[in-house]
Amino acid sequence: MPAVSKGDGMRGLAVFISDIRNCKSKEAEIKRINKELANIRSKFKGDKALDGYSKKKYVCKLLFIFLLGHDIDFGHMEAVNLLSSNKYTEKQIGYLFISVLVNSNSELIRLINNAIKNDLASRNPTFMCLALHCIANVGSREMGEAFAADIPRILVAGDSMDSVKQSAALCLLRLYKASPDLVPMGEWTARVVHLLNDQHMGVVTAAVSLITCLCKKNPDDFKTCVSLAVSRLSRIVSSASTDLQDYTYYFVPAPWLSVKLLRLLQCYPPPEDAAVKGRLVECLETVLNKAQEPPKSKKVQHSNAKNAILFETISLIIHYDSEPNLLVRACNQLGQFLQHRETNLRYLALESMCTLASSEFSHEAVKTHIDTVINALKTERDVSVRQRAADLLYAMCDRSNAKQIVSEMLRYLETADYAIREEIVLKVAILAEKYAVDYSWYVDTILNLIRIAGDYVSEEVWYRVLQIVTNRDDVQGYAAKTVFEALQAPACHENMVKVGGYILGEFGNLIAGDPRSSPPVQFSLLHSKFHLCSVATRALLLSTYIKFINLFPETKATIQGVLRAGSQLRNADVELQQRAVEYLTLSSVASTDVLATVLEEMPPFPERESSILAKLKRKKGPGAGSALDDGRRDPSSNDINGGMEPTPSTVSTPSPSADLLGLRAAPPPAAPPASAGAGNLLVDVFDGPAAQPSLGPTPEEAFLSELEPPAPESPMALLADPAPAADPGPEDIGPPIPEADELLNKFVCKNNGVLFENQLLQIGVKSEFRQNLGRMYLFYGNKTSVQFQNFSPTVVHPGDLQTHILSGPAQPPASPRRPSSPWGSRLTQLAVQTKRVAAQVDGGAQVQQVLNIECLRDFLTPPLLSVRFRYGGAPQALTLKLPVTINKFFQPTEMAAQDFFQRWKQLSLPQQEAQKIFKANHPMDAEVTKAKLLGFGSALLDNVDPNPENFVGAGIIQTKALQVGCLLRLEPNAQAQMYRLTLRTSKEPVSRHLCELLAQQF
Amino acid sequence: MIRFILIQNRAGKTRLAKWYMQFDDDEKQKLIEEVHAVVTVRDAKHTNFVEVLAISVADSLSVLQFRNFKIIYRRYAGLYFCICVDVNDNNLAYLEAIHNFVEVLNEYFHNVCELDLVFNFYKVYTVVDEMFLAGEIRETSQTKVLKQLLMLQSLE
Repeated sequence: MPAVSKGDGMRGLAVFISDIRNCKSKEAEIKRINKELANIRSKFKGDKALDGYSKKKYVCKLLFIFLLGHDIDFGHMEAVNLLSSNKYTEKQIGYLFISVLVNSNSELIRLINNAIKNDLASRNPTFMCLALHCIANVGSREMGEAFAADIPRILVAGDSMDSVKQSAALCLLRLYKASPDLVPMGEWTARVVHLLNDQHMGVVTAAVSLITCLCKKNPDDFKTCVSLAVSRLSRIVSSASTDLQDYTYYFVPAPWLSVKLLRLLQCYPPPEDAAVKGRLVECLETVLNKAQEPPKSKKVQHSNAKNAILFETISLIIHYDSEPNLLVRACNQLGQFLQHRETNLRYLALESMCTLASSEFSHEAVKTHIDTVINALKTERDVSVRQRAADLLYAMCDRSNAKQIVSEMLRYLETADYAIREEIVLKVAILAEKYAVDYSWYVDTILNLIRIAGDYVSEEVWYRVLQIVTNRDDVQGYAAKTVFEALQAPACHENMVKVGGYILGEFGNLIAGDPRSSPPVQFSLLHSKFHLCSVATRALLLSTYIKFINLFPETKATIQGVLRAGSQLRNADVELQQRAVEYLTLSSVASTDVLATVLEEMPPFPERESSILAKLKRKKGPGAGSALDDGRRDPSSNDINGGMEPTPSTVSTPSPSADLLGLRAAPPPAAPPASAGAGNLLVDVFDGPAAQPSLGPTPEEAFLSELEPPAPESPMALLADPAPAADPGPEDIGPPIPEADELLNKFVCKNNGVLFENQLLQIGVKSEFRQNLGRMYLFYGNKTSVQFQNFSPTVVHPGDLQTHILSGPAQPPASPRRPSSPWGSRLTQLAVQTKRVAAQVDGGAQVQQVLNIECLRDFLTPPLLSVRFRYGGAPQALTLKLPVTINKFFQPTEMAAQDFFQRWKQLSLPQQEAQKIFKANHPMDAEVTKAKLLGFGSALLDNVDPNPENFVGAGIIQTKALQVGCLLRLEPNAQAQMYRLTLRTSKEPVSRHLCELLAQQF
Repeated sequence: MIRFILIQNRAGKTRLAKWYMQFDDDEKQKLIEEVHAVVTVRDAKHTNFVEVLAISVADSLSVLQFRNFKIIYRRYAGLYFCICVDVNDNNLAYLEAIHNFVEVLNEYFHNVCELDLVFNFYKVYTVVDEMFLAGEIRETSQTKVLKQLLMLQSLE
């Protein structure tokens, strides 16, 4: 029995460790350490040459001191000397010291190369392993340069011991990961693959990891590993629990090796060879069958090992996504785990089922477990399990179960952990919109969201409900009634006040007939919240009040009283003060006609139609859809909404914008700020972007400047100052940095990574896209030790016609005057919503910014990301291209060859096709190409192109306004190192643009 | 791939730290504290897995990166054995890898206790290197590992 006694071998070390443990205080410990350091230093400096044992002991003590967290600035030479010792124990301590301390002293590496070389050549397996472990542990580039060429030789040499081969395989793996260019591929690669057949299971275990890593970058060179892995796996899976002796773990044969082999297979598509495939399917079935057998042991180790293989098997089945039978069996198996008493298994089953839900073959099978999953959401004690349950509910949601899932998620939200509330809110909002079957349900859902988790409801969620209510007259009365009731709660969230204020200001008239919600009641209800709200909300409420004066003349006196109060007219906040002054004047000087026109109900958002409307229309058929639109323009429908309007003649004008335009002409185009009062007021109030196709330049600027962050140094921003010198407007954003295009190109086929980096700042990106929506996280890392100040990242979309600022200040546009601003103007192709980040970024810290992106129509230029900050007093500015390209909104489409060719022919107009022939910039590798095309977003279609070397893909670009079908074909010519790329889409610019984007990827 | 292995006691004292990617000393300290904070608050009703979202770490080329990792851990008496791996790695395989490692330690130190790991810290590294290398599982057979350790023990 290899028992070891305390500090065996080195008594001095054991005594020292005991002393340290006995220290009563940190001071005593430091004192003891300093005493020891002095002692060691004097020994090392002494005249007497130290023997190997003493050297080993002192180096080991130094190592212990280092591990306690103290700096070590001497002893390295003694450690290096130990490497040359012939004694294992001395060598081992030397290598250990170097492996542990090498981070802090890379100078050491050069000193030890020689010793490592000697040990590698020593033919002593123990010494060779020590040297290999040291290389693997350090893994630096210098090590790679010195040894990368030797390791493959050791790995495949016929006379290497098994343990040396194991270490060499993993050592090579480490060097390859650190510096792939240093590891030359060669004839050894074929022999490495054959290590899968090695008799020694430990060698196989190590080699599989190496092969898995190598084949990811060179799939073709290692293709043969598939059949070898299958046969190895088959032998393990079909062996009896005792066959593998040493490698059987709690009656499970070679669990870790099985998992590794299954992961290796996930680097490749299903085997083409029918015999290999048959054998593999048999293996997978065996694993699934074994899961049903009674356990051979009650120990958790047994079930864990067995299930480790099972889960990896299911991952492989999902990876192949081609065997409906196996997918459904996997789903049933996971279904059993959902009720298992082991929390681990429930967690893993939920996680694994999430991916199964996205396969067409198993989606329905997953849905049958909805009740169990809902129960998990309610009862699991571990938040991470509940989170997985929420993820799974989201993944399994479709039209048939949306109501149930949304209501369960809402219920969960009431008690959900703070950490995951925002995510749940977004999920609910997305599902409610995506699967809405009627508006009142959607409105209820969003209001419930605000009621339950108001803090976590982001702007775009409540903007969207306003947009929908504005566009739909059949839900307006319901919405007004519902918000009115919600506002009666003694404490309601500020977001509720915002939504309530907006909706009552627009549609309060629809419920005014009921004495319980008469105009004065509505007003006093809203005003009772006023003093508790932030400036932004109060600004919004002031706009509601002026709308009330128009809707309900009987409230005029009360409201004028409120506006006239000193607390409004002389409010320290410039925005509130201005609104109070302007609204008071407007209500006093304007005739009822003018007032009615100025404060008319917001026009609908014709081109900003949300996907929820599109969906409803599709359900009702195209005829009904256009009828809805027409209805909005129909004077009679305005009559219903505008029933309280004192002057129906203006309201019933078929095109309300005509009137407004006439009024717009009144303010001189270049009104100086000094005379801003009435002129700019009108501009502000009239500036309904949806209704203004022909604005002059000045009002346009006014609109822009409203959306700028109201920087403290420029209180005039709201007054449409044509030359705001103090506040560098977004128009001043500099041109993108020269490498912006190159950086953008890196993200065409992938969604995550480092977007930009210099000495000061690193910007990381994580993003996900679904249909025409996307969410992007930007991570700004301050690489310095100094705080960044005035840090402000802004997103700008350089539209074709207008520069439009979508990144608002922290405040949402506070007024019903411009409800469409969060969604950008009609000219915008892409709506990007950002949240403001902290203005200070501490040294070494990282801040995160979330962007919500909506693709409204096809676009060619990506938005710009402008980052400004002050670093040590110096202003820094940087403009990048945001990695959002049109292909992000690709939905892959599978189709049969016949369909493909039919569609291809349909798109045969010359302008629908774009073609490019270009030289390969990267090695031409089929697997890499495949991965890139998939990353690009299209589906890859097999058996379409008669030439198997060619790639054919199809997909649909989803934008809110339209969908663009795309077909593509990529023909590599390996001899010429050229590609021919052909794109056909229904829109000419899209074809050309996609072709250019994709051509740069190869 | 394994990013690091930590053995900590309940008070947060590190008994072993083995790193398979480069972190600077401050980051190591931060990770050690973070792991201790997330692991010690969990009880038997919790899973043995904790996802750690987007730690920013310096990679081998000292590029700041944002990666998702998870901690697979198991508690033995007062000691937490924690392995940090990539999010898509097999949870149960690493959970049992921990147990396999603990059984080897137990055999090698003859009913291992925390003090064995303190006084023989330099031997624990040898055990780790036999079983895990370059962030991968190197050897899983307890018999083979113990035989090798016994052989090394006999060397001078």
